[in-house]
This record gives sequence, structure tokens and C-alpha cells, in this order.
Amino acid sequence: MTDWPLLTLTTFLPLLGALFILTIRGETEVVARNARNVALLTALATFVVSLFILGRFDAASPDFQLKETAAWFPGTTIAYSLGIDGVSLWFVLLSTFLTPLCILSTYRAVHERVKEYMVCFLVLETMMVGMFCALDLVLFYLFFEGVLIPMFIIIGVWGGQRRVYAAFKFFLYTLLGSVLMLVAMLVMYFEAQTTDIPSLMAHSFPIEMQKWLWMAFFASFAVKVPMWPVHTWLPDAHVEAPTAGSVILAGVLLKMGAYGFLRFSLPMLPDASVFFTPLIQVLSVVAVIYTSLVALVQEDIKKLIAYSSVAHMGYVTLGLFAMTPQGVEGALIQMLSHGVVAAALFLGVGVIYDRLHTREIARFGGLATRMPLYAAFFMLFTLASIGLPGTSGFVGEFLVLIGVFQVDRLVAVLTATGVILGAAYMLYLYRRVFFGRLVHEDLKMLPDLSAREILVFLPLAVLVIWMGVHPATFLDPMHASVAKLIDNFELAKAAQAGLAAATR
Amino acid sequence: MTVTLDILPVLPELFVALCGLILVLIGVFRSGDPTRPIATLSIMTMVTAMLLVWALGPDRQTGFGGLFVADRFAAFAKQLILLGSILSTALAIPFLEREKTTRFEYPVLVLFATLGMMVMVSANDFMSLYMGLELSSLPLYVLAAFHRDSPRAAEAGVKYFVLGALASGLLLYGISLLYGFSGTTSFLGLARSFEDLSGPPAVGIVVGLVFVVAGLAFKVSAAPFHMWTPDVYEGAPTPVTAFFSVAPKIAALCLLTRVMVEPFAAMTDQWRQVVVALAVISMLVGAFAALTQSNIKRLMAYSSIGHAGYILVGLAAGSVLGVQAILIYLTIYLFMNIAVFAVILSMRRMGRHVEGIADLAGLSKTNPAMAFVMAVLMFSMAGIPPLAGFWGKFYVFMAAIEAGLYPLAVVGLVTSVVAAYYYLRIVKVMYFDEPVESFDHPIGSAPVVAMSVGTMVVLGFTFLPAPLVTGAKAAAAALFPTG
Repeated sequence: MTDWPLLTLTTFLPLLGALFILTIRGETEVVARNARNVALLTALATFVVSLFILGRFDAASPDFQLKETAAWFPGTTIAYSLGIDGVSLWFVLLSTFLTPLCILSTYRAVHERVKEYMVCFLVLETMMVGMFCALDLVLFYLFFEGVLIPMFIIIGVWGGQRRVYAAFKFFLYTLLGSVLMLVAMLVMYFEAQTTDIPSLMAHSFPIEMQKWLWMAFFASFAVKVPMWPVHTWLPDAHVEAPTAGSVILAGVLLKMGAYGFLRFSLPMLPDASVFFTPLIQVLSVVAVIYTSLVALVQEDIKKLIAYSSVAHMGYVTLGLFAMTPQGVEGALIQMLSHGVVAAALFLGVGVIYDRLHTREIARFGGLATRMPLYAAFFMLFTLASIGLPGTSGFVGEFLVLIGVFQVDRLVAVLTATGVILGAAYMLYLYRRVFFGRLVHEDLKMLPDLSAREILVFLPLAVLVIWMGVHPATFLDPMHASVAKLIDNFELAKAAQAGLAAATR
Repeated sequence: MTVTLDILPVLPELFVALCGLILVLIGVFRSGDPTRPIATLSIMTMVTAMLLVWALGPDRQTGFGGLFVADRFAAFAKQLILLGSILSTALAIPFLEREKTTRFEYPVLVLFATLGMMVMVSANDFMSLYMGLELSSLPLYVLAAFHRDSPRAAEAGVKYFVLGALASGLLLYGISLLYGFSGTTSFLGLARSFEDLSGPPAVGIVVGLVFVVAGLAFKVSAAPFHMWTPDVYEGAPTPVTAFFSVAPKIAALCLLTRVMVEPFAAMTDQWRQVVVALAVISMLVGAFAALTQSNIKRLMAYSSIGHAGYILVGLAAGSVLGVQAILIYLTIYLFMNIAVFAVILSMRRMGRHVEGIADLAGLSKTNPAMAFVMAVLMFSMAGIPPLAGFWGKFYVFMAAIEAGLYPLAVVGLVTSVVAAYYYLRIVKVMYFDEPVESFDHPIGSAPVVAMSVGTMVVLGFTFLPAPLVTGAKAAAAALFPTG
């Protein structure tokens, strides 16, 4: 399959599966079983297809690869254009990797309207993969926004007590940010006369315009990341979403904002990015320290992990805007690591939630004696979240700190305190849930992980250690793309500096 | 000077007029209830008219000594209007039968209103414009009060008539001013008289122009001339509301577009301010006033005001792209709206029609297919990609940005977020709330067909946009002399 349209196939295979599931008819139980199986098979097939992308990816080339283009909107430059580089490659794989795990994890958790649930997840997968592959501004926006529809339904239908509030907040917050981005995209189209992302990266926009465009993009991406102070939708959405929804939310959707910074703000608007870097640094440092402190006092496990996500994404934005090779690659690894670790932690919370239907930390304690296997897995992911050497979290945080240190020492020092706070809230959580005496009666009857649950956790655990021990596997394909990105950035910066000097 | 009676371009209109008169006679002389056969014949008439419009070809032809013009733009608009009328007639008849309010006049009135609209979009002179407008308005007043035993319908009819007459008055006053200051009512003549204009146009022209815009704004239900819309939409029988929300709206918007772009092309800067103001107010009213509605027809009224606002954004651009955006938006709007009204017409419980948003509660459990259709349509109306409604908004805002109207685009997109709230509320009621009793089954074949067609268009447009986009572009270019 050398000349198959691999990216289109990966993007739309889940959608085909969703259409197939829609046609399933019959008794509720049978429909549910068939829908689950079809969804799982589709997701696994998609993952296998996406592995072929990895196989055909040329790590030495910094350009977009596996390009596919087709005419779309006549009279404009808007085209159906897909392609990946070393940056998007891993996010495509992350999406296709997490979706089957999510579907597998819901075999017991979701009993109502299983068919619709599976359809939503597969549609969501199409949107996510498409977004990371899109090489056209409008196509990107289409997928970026399209994610909202299935996610709104997932939170609203299968969520917890305050699901309606959380679903609306999630949807409207994100939409408001995005429409401003749409204006910016249209302005860019008329300025550069193209919607092709690689061409736009080569176009240099006037500096005053860059600032406006940058702010419009920031409005969208900062909400998606999310950055302090527009992060408030995230704890609500996470707490109310069903387990698999949280996994996708933390695992992939949070990466969309940072990916946007990397794909649009930094390469297309380099001068504005330099101008606004202090803003990003301040917001990120506040996010790292403040949300870590907030996480310390949470009573709900999911909320705690949600706040830790905000803190971890703070490292990502810091690393990206440091614009050094270590910083950017660290941010990318941190994103991947967080995608796996946060997903695993949410799945871990899902395990006890399925058994006890509560996420209140005080309701647990001493679980390690009843569920040793579960405790072991959770320990691994807790340590990865803290950033213990040998786990994926360490590589990302360490590289980010190196990158930031070269640019601004004070910021690096402040960020490093976040690592300590991270250890504090995660270990404190672990102590309260797993150690101590088993006082609650209902906990004494809890069964340990089932074979299906082990099957869900095992790939995640392997990945966490793999990324920690041999990060080169993941870093190697990035080098060329990141180097090109930084070269272009420096060039633009130098040109601007030269221009400024000339006009002075 | 030889006068030729060039009636070829008017052939579709003449055909519809003739068939309408014949249908009246059949209705009067036939015994029994002739509604269904007359409706069928009227639909066949309109289908034939669509073919005739298509057969006339794309070239610009004028008739009646330049009073009437048939060009690509008019043809595009006529196809939309006829399609809207066909679909809403097909939806109306089963509904009226179940409500036991059938009368053969219904399809005939729709036919005559449609004829008026066809004349409107082909008007090339203020005289034919006014004639078309009144020919379409008079049947519409009757239709609004068609359910004559219902006080609400009567109120809706009277309200619509009084305000509509006021709007006609404003329009006529504006036309008389324009005639007084330029000496002509012909679009071509007006355009010529402004061509060699140095300095600002006469005050009388500007005042006349504003009156004309205000009069037409009534017809497109743009705020602040929208007061009649919620009451008429709510009070009129639901199939009439469905008809009102598409065909007359499309006709009036296309007419407004032609009037602004053809005769007043040289005065774009003058009318742009008015259109921008109308667009902004309409979008704000459409977004905020709809938030608290509990009746779905009333909600749709505010929604249509909002949509008129977005379409006016395209007009404000005043460019080929802007007109193209209007036509794309209107086409998508037609399919969305007809499908939504097909759902509303199917909301029957215990043999009675219900109109509350709360009546939709839990529809995803009691009737998953209908809930799915409605959810897709609501997301599309909110303008969420990848659904078709997004592209309508995308194109109008693209035109606005091209014309440099940045603040207008930002206001429009931000109001679309507010509007998204109330569309989402319907999805929430259907999907997140617990079900009330289910609706009556079966819902009949006409609504199912309308829903399927609408949903297919909404879902499929993203995959195959080229035919509509190129067609709209060719139609839009017809309004601009140099191309």
C-alpha cells in the first residue's frame, strides 16, 4: 500500500464505522453489543492504518509529507489538503492510540444509548485526526470546531450531575474563542491570497497586523490549552464528562490549543510571538504555580487531575514560546506524555468510579491492600505525572526547563517550583486513596482489575516507560521539523530586527 | 420606433399566472373537496415553471420594454423561491387535512404569492418592483389569517396587513422621491444618472433611498422593522409560517440585493451605512431576544431575523463575493428551514399540534431519527462546521472581511455565539432531558421527505460544495456589469 491515501483513510475510517453503527437495528442489548464491537474494531483498524503512516514517514525531511490535495471550494484557494510533519505525526498516532482504549474502557461503564455513544466517539476521532492532518486553514478550522459537536453530546448525555452546565460552558467558551480566530483566518486569506498552511508560513505579515492576528488566535488557543485565567471550563467539563470523555479531553483536545500555537502563531506570526512572549510566560507561570496550589485542596479526584492538567499545559506553552530546540521538543514530549499519563489517570479514576460511583477522595483509603494491581498501575502513572526520571513526564519537564533556562532564568526557577508542588499534590492524593487503613466497609469487597481493564492499562504503562527510558524513538522524527521551525523563526526575527534598525 | 412585445423572458411567470387562474376555476366548479388535486396541480405548475426558468438559458433578456429582466441572478432566485413554495405546499396539505382546515384556496394563494415573488426578483424598474411586491403580499396577508376561526391567526393576519401596508407606503414614498430627483424609475436609468455624478448625490435621492431600504427591510424582517415577525410566525398556521420563513424572505432579500447593487452601485458608500446598521441590529435582536422564548415558532421567528442580519452582512460588502455569499446562504437556509418546519409540523400529540420547546423533551429516546435530524439542523443553524450552515456564515463574513468591514464581522460572529446558545438549548431538551410522552406516529411521507432532503443537504454540502458555489458565483456576477 505504497500509494494509498493513508491520511484520508485514517481520518475517515472512523466516520465510516460510525455510519455503519447507525444502521444497526434490533433489540437494545444486541444493538449495544454490536455497536461496541464495531466501534472497537473500527478504532483498532484505524490505529493499524495510522501505524503505516509511521512506517512511511521520513524522519530526515523537515517538510510536510504524505500530502494529499483535492479541489474543494472553486473560486477560492480553499482546498482539501492533508499532510503531516514531525510535529503532527505523533498527535495523529496519539489520537488513534487513545480512541480504542477509550472504547474498550466503556464496555462496562456505559449502558444507556450505547449506539449513540460509539457514534460520537468515532466522529470525534475523525475530527481529531483530521485536525492534526489538515494543511488548509479552513479545513483545519472545520475539524477544530467540529470536535465541539460530539464532545457536547458526550458530556451532556452521559455526564454527571451538572452535565448540562458543563456541556454548555465547554461549548460556548470554546466557540467564542474560535470565532475570533475565524476572523483572523479570513484576514490572513485576503492578505496572503492563500489558505495553504505551508505557503502561509512562508508569507510575512506586516507587524501591526500580526499583533491583531496573534491576539485573535490567542483567544482561541488559550481557551483550548487552557491557559490561566480562561481555564475554568476545564475542571467543570472534566468532572462532569464520562470517563472516556475526560480521557479524550485531556489526552487529545487539550493538545489542540498548543498545536495551534505551534502551527499558526509561532511560524506565521513570529514577530507578534516575540512581542507577546512575556504575556505567555506570565500566564504560564501563574498556571503552573496557582493551579498546582488549587489542585492541593481538591476533594474530587477528577477535579484534582483536571487542575494538574492545567499546570502541565503551562509547561507546554512555556517550552513552545522559549523557541529553543530543547524547549519546543520538550513541550512536544510533554504534550505526548501528558496525553498518555492524564488519559491513564482518568481511566484509573474511572475504574473505581465504575465500582463505587463516587470520586470523593475522602470516601477512599487503603485501597492498596484490596486492589494491589490497580495500586501499582496508579503508582506508575502518578510518578509519571510528577516527572520521575525513567518515566515520560521527566523527559518533557526536563527538556522544557532546559529550554526555558536558556531564555529566562527567573521563569525557569519559578517553573521548577511547580515540579515540587506537582509531587506534593499527586503523592498526597495517592496517600489518601491507596494508603492508610481501610475504614469504609464497602471498600472491603472491591475486586481488583479485570482482564479487560488490565488490557486497557498495559499499553499505557508500556508507553510511559518507553518514553521515559528511550525518548529518542519519539524525538528523532521531530528534530528536522522543529529545527526548520526554529530556523525560520530566527530568520524572521532577524529580518524584523534589521528592519527596525534600518528605520531608526 | 418599433415596439416589440418581448414576452419570451416572462414565459415562466405567464405560465404560472395562467395555471393559477385555471386552478381557481377548477376549484370553484369541482364538487367535493378539491384541495388535494389542486395542490398536486399547483406543485406540478411550479415544477414546470422551474423547468421553464432553466430552459430560458443564462443570457440576460429584458421584457416589457425593460421593465422586466431575466438573468442568471433572477433565475437562481426563482429556482429557490419555487423550490421553497413546492416544499412548503407539499408539507402543508397533510397538515391542513389533519387539522380539518383544508380549502382549495390555500395552494392557489401560495401559487399567486409565488408568482409575485418571481416578478419581484425579475424587476428592472420600480414600477414592476412594486407590482411584484404587492402581488406577493396580498395573498400572504390572506394566508396569515387562513385559519380564520382562530383569533390568533386573525390577529396575525391583521397585524401583518397593517404593518405590511405601512411598509408599502414607505417604499412608495421613497420611490416617488427617487423619481422626483432623478426623473426615472428604471434601474438602468437610475444607474446611468449616478454614473456621471461628481460630488455627493442630492439629498432627495439619499432620503428616497433610505425610505426604499426601510420599506424592503420590513419584507425581509430585518430589525428594527421586525416587530411583526414573531407575532405572525406564532399566530399563523404552522404550514404558513413554514412558507413565510422561506419563499417571501428569499424573494425580498434577492430584490433588496438587486436594488442596492444595480441602480445604486455608485452610491454603495451611502447605503452601506444603512445596511450595516440593519445587519447589526438584526443580528443582536435575533440572538438576544430568542434566548427566553418557549414557543418554537416564535424562536424560529427570531432565528430568521438573525439570519436576515447575517445575509445583510453579505449585502453590506456590496461585491460579487458578497452577492455570491447571499445566494449560498439563502440556498442553505432554505433547506435548513424547510426541514426544521417539517419537524415542527410533525410535533403532534394526541392528535393535536404542539409548539412548545419543552414538548421536544427526550425526543432522542422517543424518536431518535427525528431528534437526530433536528440536532443536525440546530447545529447547522448555529453555524458549527462541518455542517452547511457554517459555510453560509463563512461566505458572508469572508465577503465582509474582503470589503474591510472588520468590526461588522466581529460583531456578527460574536452574536452567532449567543445565538448558538438557544440552538443548543433545543439539542439539550431533546438529548439531555427526560422524555415526556412521544409524538403521534406515523408522521406521514411529506415531512419525512423534507427532513431527509434537508439533512442530506446540510450534511453533504461540505463534501460537494462546488455546484452551489459556482452556480451562485455565476448568478452573482450577472448583477455586476463588468464582471
